[in-house]
Amino acid sequence: MEKFITKRSVWEAGRKTFRSFLEILPIFLSILLLISLYVTVIPKSFYSKIFTKNPIIDSILGAVFGSISTGNPVTSYIIGGELLKAGISLIAVIAFILSWVTVGIIQLPAECYFLGKRFGIVRNILSFVFAVAISILMVLTLKLL
Amino acid sequence: MRNAENLTNVKSDKPETGVKGRKTAGLILLSITLFIYIIVFAFNRFLFFSSFQYFIHIFWRLFYIILIVFLFIFLTNLFLKPKFVAKYIGSESGIKGWIIAIVSGIISMGSIYLWYPLLRELRGKGMRKGLIATFLYNRAVKVILLPLMVYYFGWLFTLCLTLYTIVFSFFLGVIMDKIS
Repeated sequence: MEKFITKRSVWEAGRKTFRSFLEILPIFLSILLLISLYVTVIPKSFYSKIFTKNPIIDSILGAVFGSISTGNPVTSYIIGGELLKAGISLIAVIAFILSWVTVGIIQLPAECYFLGKRFGIVRNILSFVFAVAISILMVLTLKLL
Repeated sequence: MRNAENLTNVKSDKPETGVKGRKTAGLILLSITLFIYIIVFAFNRFLFFSSFQYFIHIFWRLFYIILIVFLFIFLTNLFLKPKFVAKYIGSESGIKGWIIAIVSGIISMGSIYLWYPLLRELRGKGMRKGLIATFLYNRAVKVILLPLMVYYFGWLFTLCLTLYTIVFSFFLGVIMDKIS
């Protein structure tokens, strides 16, 4: 860390931050507008209609719908809890709530924009695979314990 | 020598497009989004106003977090130098870097996309891609939401999922580092 802060360094840091803000603003507004539209179009009840009650297919479906869904993690817990009550397998619910936070298809353009295309795509694919893998491991672990 | 090589790598690993290109890309995305809203307005005004109302709601809810993120960016620009970053979250960070990425991912708040600009700044100063991926993955562990998860799924479920998430975030980071 630098020991001395000069007026010039504060001005430079402020200028750089303001330029970043102006550059980032359209992306933030776009993502928020897209999320708002998505949340309004897709009702929470939609999720309980898509599962097949086949654990393997449901774990992949859970990860797919978790990946394209967005919002506060609390919402994923509530939907997950309701799905369990509706008889949907635990494996699907785990994949769903995990990919809800770790995979973001709607946010992918922003992630690619800020962190690089390759990084965004690879990270999301790996997170998707991990969501399915963790859901299988979780069910096996809970059976053993 | 190793330091110099790493800093060169950092430069070449930045997102391919330049600042001008990125600004244009942002404006194109916003234009497409506004176009979608115009179409929605034309065909379904109720959906348009409901979505827009929700947009205003989340914008104000996130506003103070946006301010905090930009304060962090300002402080990063002011204080953080590549040497410092290399030591704690860069190529020389070792186990310290993993712990910082995991803990900061867990305690970070707000939506995931709010953190992209700060992570880009840190990446530009030398933060490892693997640690960025680990940070983002650990956002799945929310300490303040754990009681709610326990309420819905039980403590054993919550404990196992939290541990698996942390362990897999490390695997993700290692893979991202290897393929970068």
